Amino acid sequence: MDPRALAQPSERHTMSYPVDGSEKFAAYAHPERLVSTEWLAEQIAAGAVGADGAARLVVVESDEDVLLYETGHIPGAVKIDWHTDLNDEVTRDYVDGKGFAELLSSKGISRDATVVIYGDKSNWWAAYALWVFTLFGHEDVRLLDGGRDKWIAEGRELTTEVPSPERAEYPVIERNDAPIRAFKDDVLAHLGKPLIDVRSPDEYTGKRTHMPAYPEEGALRGGHIPTAASIPWARAAAEDGTYRSRQELEDLYLGEAGLTEGDDVVAYCRIGERSSHTWFALKYLLGFDTVRNYDGSWTEWGNAVRVPIVKGEQRGTWPLS
Amino acid sequence: MPSALAEIVDDFQAVSERERLQLLLEFSQSLPELPERLQNHPEMLEQVVECQSPLFIAIETEPAPAGAAVGSGPVVRLFFSAPAEAPTTRGFASVLHEGLDGLTAAEILAVPDDMPEELGLTRAVTPLRMRGMAAMLARIKRKVSGECHLGS
Repeated sequence: MDPRALAQPSERHTMSYPVDGSEKFAAYAHPERLVSTEWLAEQIAAGAVGADGAARLVVVESDEDVLLYETGHIPGAVKIDWHTDLNDEVTRDYVDGKGFAELLSSKGISRDATVVIYGDKSNWWAAYALWVFTLFGHEDVRLLDGGRDKWIAEGRELTTEVPSPERAEYPVIERNDAPIRAFKDDVLAHLGKPLIDVRSPDEYTGKRTHMPAYPEEGALRGGHIPTAASIPWARAAAEDGTYRSRQELEDLYLGEAGLTEGDDVVAYCRIGERSSHTWFALKYLLGFDTVRNYDGSWTEWGNAVRVPIVKGEQRGTWPLS
Repeated sequence: MPSALAEIVDDFQAVSERERLQLLLEFSQSLPELPERLQNHPEMLEQVVECQSPLFIAIETEPAPAGAAVGSGPVVRLFFSAPAEAPTTRGFASVLHEGLDGLTAAEILAVPDDMPEELGLTRAVTPLRMRGMAAMLARIKRKVSGECHLGS
């Protein structure tokens, strides 16, 4: 393979590792994208998890809290921090092909490894990391349903022992953003087609433009992108942090948000992390082929000059009336 | 900067970036539990909503010791509560606890607002997360100045 090949859209799922065949997952469009805590515990018990450069199954923890992994993690799991590892340090963008290859090589992850990602807060950051892996076309990357909290709630094993992975040779693959990432101009061109706003109701209506005393993280304008449906991200998650059932997700996105099969959808939040959680649900659990995450999200839209905004609870129309 | 806090800053500065994270983790583990009287009275605690994870603080004052400088204000006791799942927040709280608890109001108010940056964690922890600590310090100073009425 050309080592600088462009990442291919990961439509072709030749999953290399057995999938979790549980009944709940079977109802989803892509059951191979989720694994349960029971399944993972079995793989660990069978000695399948490693990060030795040749491992077929690698477990990655990705949290909001940069120190949480160090307090205890799933045995064998390596840490990837969404901010310090996956974001470019200077430009508001993700690492490039070289940076990603170096990161994954250093974590002992090869291109054909099956990667299971989990994290805190119902997998916010884990879903975000999974989305970034997908920008690079990493083929077999899955989420641990329920994430870190469920693993702990079930009293499963944790360790503070940090693995020292044997270096892998991850190829340099250029990111292929277009299929799953929307930029501001893409969103402007998308107006009129479905949008999902996953922020809190106060952010959606424009009552709040930023967290108090956090002006740097806020926006000059409050409200939402015209016609966007408000479905706060957490509604896709059950009490235990697992994704809701296929039926419940359909009620939410097809019923309440009004999406129809085959729709081209863009999801956004404040910086693109909560909307990764929703992106995953739409793309892999409900099977929408064209779903993009707008990672510029409200911190870009709410500060941009002359972009259309709707305030209040109504979705608004496009063109604005 | 008060000497206890200056010492902590020196400890962070003296080690590598990776070790600073380890040090912050150790601080997170040494944050004292709330005293029982506060555990049973959550209404006496105030939430710092700017932190990404829940953090609650309470302050109490004690008369300044005899011989304290004029205008030093009372001695301030600080109490923090943050869940175990938020070690970074706990670490920041613990640094402020160890560096500021038991100082006088005037000493606390003199702490520079940008003190968190001096820990040298910005790269390892990210600016976004460091803002939580700056917000914590600002809240403490605001509460101290509100409750201690220095100079009045």
